[in-house]
Amino acid sequence: MGGSWSVAALFWLAVTASSMTAYAAGSPPEPIAELAPFVVTDGIIAEPLQGRIGDAVRGRAIVANRQLGLCLLCHSAPIPEERFQGNLSGNLAGIGSRASAGQLRMRLVDARQLNPSTIMPSYYRVNKLTRVTPAQQGRTIFSAQQIEDVVAYLLTLRDDRGALASDAIRRIRSPATENK
Amino acid sequence: MVFIWLLPATFAAIGTEACAAEEAANKAGNKITDSRKSGYDFMSASTQALQNDDSQNPAMLWVKDGEALWGREAGKDKKSCASCHGAAPKSMRGVAARYPAIEKKTRRPINLQQRINLCQKDHQHAAPFAPETQEMLRIESYVGMQSRGLAITPPRDARLAAFTQKGKVQFEQRMGQLDLSCADCHDNHAGKKLGGATIPEAHPTAYPLYRLEWQSLGSVERRLRNCMSGVRAEPYPYGAPEFVELELYLAARAAGMKLETPGVRP
Repeated sequence: MGGSWSVAALFWLAVTASSMTAYAAGSPPEPIAELAPFVVTDGIIAEPLQGRIGDAVRGRAIVANRQLGLCLLCHSAPIPEERFQGNLSGNLAGIGSRASAGQLRMRLVDARQLNPSTIMPSYYRVNKLTRVTPAQQGRTIFSAQQIEDVVAYLLTLRDDRGALASDAIRRIRSPATENK
Repeated sequence: MVFIWLLPATFAAIGTEACAAEEAANKAGNKITDSRKSGYDFMSASTQALQNDDSQNPAMLWVKDGEALWGREAGKDKKSCASCHGAAPKSMRGVAARYPAIEKKTRRPINLQQRINLCQKDHQHAAPFAPETQEMLRIESYVGMQSRGLAITPPRDARLAAFTQKGKVQFEQRMGQLDLSCADCHDNHAGKKLGGATIPEAHPTAYPLYRLEWQSLGSVERRLRNCMSGVRAEPYPYGAPEFVELELYLAARAAGMKLETPGVRP
């Protein structure tokens, strides 16, 4: 089982192996008294949080990191060195040509404003939560900078051929086999 | 799921689609069609083989120790489980399949571990086993195995309905920093891949079970605590009323499914 920051309880060895690099992509957010303000207009957050400039290289490392980004638990992405990518939601390949920065930012910050029943966690929200573990109370999943880094990376994913290929492979494989 | 016939109110409150389908089939006099799957059905053939063969199943090590514990005298009266209950294969058959159940004195539901602890306290006058200790897992797995192959059968007890309903609310309550409920994954995304792991339907069909991830036997509450940590929620303590309520709901949801105890899971 990983440390208190990890979700390794669910995701065993594949995750445990990568936990040594858990925060290589950035430290966990500090507790914050108040979120950086942002404006939602027509399902879009047009302005970067705190005016920060995203770094796509850092963003890729965050997305690839299962303790920090968590993205690959549910999504697949064109990050070939990461095995055991999830399929609870869509493949991120090509997302940069399907969504704008403002749309991506909205979905990362608080996707439940768009769809209350989505399983996409709200990466920049601290209210309306229940029984949050003490180590995480008052903390967002991502810092404002990490939100911008991930947005910058996702915007670089403009080719969805990888997604089509991996979805085809998934259809061929039996869904009921373990991928240990 | 006979108890549902006796408790229409319970059915309305906790009925799952599977229950509804089953009831409709019963009314029509048809054979039950059941699409529910045990975690076993999501496992690879090699892990299934480990569970199938008692000489390979690592959980049998705990069961064997549990058999020895069953006959071990404890407490000031030097009584063993066997002193009162006799041979477990006879006296314990079906017991694990009906827990949690209402405890007479407190009129509150208790799970099998809590039942064992009460026996130790009231009849053996011995110190209870702490939750999730090796001794508790040994005796629970030995008692549990006596119900192997039997259907999960929640008691026909109207007093359970309110607690079971609270368990359903728990199951559907989003929690933790990730703000996810049991139902989000295990009702709505079962069979899909969370990272490398296939999400099962969360039926408590084989506890206590040997989990390869743990390299140990563990109880259903250990598993529930894992999921709570996973969504970054503060887990309830072992034996918490919330867990017993959740276990009641899981048992109602899995009623009629066969117990595999002691199981193996990835």
